[in-house]
Amino acid sequence: MKKTGAKIFVETLREHKIGTVFGYPGGVLLPIYDELYHADIRHILTRHEQGAIHAADGYARATGKTGVCIATSGPGACNLVTGLATAFMDSVPLVAFTGQVPTTMLGNDSFQEADIYGISIPITKYNYLVKETSHLKEIMYEAFHLANSGRPGPVLIDLPKDVQAIEINNPPIPKLTLPQKPKCPVEERNKRIEEIAALIQDSKCPVIYAGGGIIISGANEILQKLAEKISAPGTTILMGKGGFPEDHELSLGMLGMHGTRYANYAVSECDLLLAVGARFDDRVTGKVSTFAAKAKIIHLDIDPAEVGKIIQTDAFVIGDAQEVLELLCKKVKKKTNKEWLKQIHAWKKEYPLSYEKKSNVISPQYVVEQIYEQTAGQAIITTEVGQNQMWAAQYFKTSKPRTFITSGGLGTMGYGFPAAIGAKTGCPERIVFDVAGDGSFQMNIQELATAVYNKINVKIALLNNGCLGMVRQWQEIFYGRRYSQTTLQGNPDFVKVAEGYGAVGIRVEKPNEVPSAIQKAIEIDRPVVIDFHVDPEANVFPMVPPGGAINQMLDREQK
Amino acid sequence: MRHIISVLVRNHPGVLSHVVGLFTQRSYNIESLAAGVTENPEITRITIVVTGDERVLDQMMKQVNKLVDVLQVNDLKYSQAITRELAIITIKTSPQSRREVIEIANVFNAKIVDMSEDTITLELSGTERVLQNLVRLLNPANIDEMARTGTIALSLKSSEQ
Ligand SMILES: Cc1ncc(C[n+]2csc(CCOP(=O)(O)OP(=O)(O)O)c2C)c(N)n1
Ligand SMILES: [Mg+2]
Repeated sequence: MKKTGAKIFVETLREHKIGTVFGYPGGVLLPIYDELYHADIRHILTRHEQGAIHAADGYARATGKTGVCIATSGPGACNLVTGLATAFMDSVPLVAFTGQVPTTMLGNDSFQEADIYGISIPITKYNYLVKETSHLKEIMYEAFHLANSGRPGPVLIDLPKDVQAIEINNPPIPKLTLPQKPKCPVEERNKRIEEIAALIQDSKCPVIYAGGGIIISGANEILQKLAEKISAPGTTILMGKGGFPEDHELSLGMLGMHGTRYANYAVSECDLLLAVGARFDDRVTGKVSTFAAKAKIIHLDIDPAEVGKIIQTDAFVIGDAQEVLELLCKKVKKKTNKEWLKQIHAWKKEYPLSYEKKSNVISPQYVVEQIYEQTAGQAIITTEVGQNQMWAAQYFKTSKPRTFITSGGLGTMGYGFPAAIGAKTGCPERIVFDVAGDGSFQMNIQELATAVYNKINVKIALLNNGCLGMVRQWQEIFYGRRYSQTTLQGNPDFVKVAEGYGAVGIRVEKPNEVPSAIQKAIEIDRPVVIDFHVDPEANVFPMVPPGGAINQMLDREQK
Repeated sequence: MRHIISVLVRNHPGVLSHVVGLFTQRSYNIESLAAGVTENPEITRITIVVTGDERVLDQMMKQVNKLVDVLQVNDLKYSQAITRELAIITIKTSPQSRREVIEIANVFNAKIVDMSEDTITLELSGTERVLQNLVRLLNPANIDEMARTGTIALSLKSSEQ
């Protein structure tokens, strides 16, 4: 039986159990959209291709499954760029399909032609331009395999219109022929794990530094077991939130530029740092030469290129975090580190996270705390970028993986709301909150239509400070309070905007209205925008000045 | 420090863009790059001459190795590799200088592949250093046009024993 490329496309998606895709059609995608018309696949029409790819990304992060998005050629494809880079930086499994002009017209500057293959090389794990319909199925199989294996990442498939339309004989299920990379022999790996176990045994002040790899690998439980066995306090970075329960007595909270004082002190003073699934980002390390300077550094990661990229390690193992930690946990002996834990406890007591509570104006941190309280910490949180993101990270104690979803590596404003839509689509039974800034929210505010029409009942907690708060904070501290272009004059009435789209808008101006507003938003079975008018003067502290040592932190009293 | 990295890749469309792109993305310095098919028509060898210290080299190799199409990456030590580059050079000549150019060509065992009233075109393959010497002696001011391939290399089997 003959089949069109478009039909093969849909069938191959089904073979990969893809039930939901996010997309936006266009001329060169007509064959595919015609096939989707009666396919057993839920297609969610966003209002911008960036919304589609961030939603697919949020879906992937919340579920661990591969997210799928579709965009048309030229402008549609170019609108995916930010989303691809976002997913690439944070190792998110995505397959993005783009329409392309027919192969016969490629390279002619044809209408709506853009070389998305070339454009996306540096921001994808791999990418394809399909030139023959007969290649399509195999390429899709490869793409889905690549996206969600090893270190995951986005893969792009560019599909010329004729490739979608041409009929060919039904292709068989392909066998993958991807090149295999040489692996570290098992004996050597085991030897290294034993060496690491010995280093841990010798250490008196160990710290675990957990990154996104813990979440991807599903290694949170074994990590906790290890931490308890060796009595090592654990700090999670932004990408690792949920990888080690923040309500655990060994938790140090977040590390780095806006981390807790005690996490930063602990890493600065520790004699052994066990980094798992993390890549020593500059927002974490501050000045590299002073980072964990007294410690032996052990690095466990699935990506060999991350080892030694930023920091010299004393020992490392390449592999899946869960697998390696299981082995390591068996090799280590129980230890207590009494003195060290006493010290940690003292730091925690002396330097807790804190913020100023004012009676007449809402503190943004209080809003986050209340979301935590009202949802008993069970919500999925997505964030935008800026102060809102850091407050969410500091004050929403995350205890489960895949419940804190944020653009860490790229820091993409406009990510959180569509990502919330994606997360809610993947986990419809969960409460999903986007902790948003007024600047970021406006970058993809049009997706209110998507949420309302599709009854994707996400809640937007808008920390409306009337400014690009994080940039303003830097201007305040480092640029003599010259607030160049960071005041958001002309902000709309967000309640009216929400209502205009058919969502619910709630304005909150007084601190004592915060809990009930959140409660109400949770109860209403519709998308809700809660417009919290928060203190525009509030800043994120503690703070390590860029390039500074992480134990030299500014606080709100001493900025 | 200069290094020769020899990369074996599967012959997929776009593979060169992926490899070359990586070097710009990560701001590594490429001095030369030469690509050509190997004994297996499905595999291409890309020979890249780069500069950087040991740490940069280590990162480069790891990053290259991560590319999906890459089968193997080797750091060929200059002392343990046979390296060659091909150059074609057209030199402006006058009746007086022609003889001198021919003499230089002979010393280097360069082939004269074309000659006109006022030019001579030479072909020479050799190590990069030999080619540089030739260029220097010909005096760059007299060179009308030059094309070079970039270094290709294989490891020396005789030095492995
Ligand atoms: C797409 C994009 N553009 C610009 C920036 C730079 N930037 C980082 S934080 C920030 C301010 C964000 O403002 P808002 O969303 O209101 O959050 P707030 O800091 O006020 O909480 C800006 C402009 C960015 N991260 N992403
Ligand atoms: Mg703001």
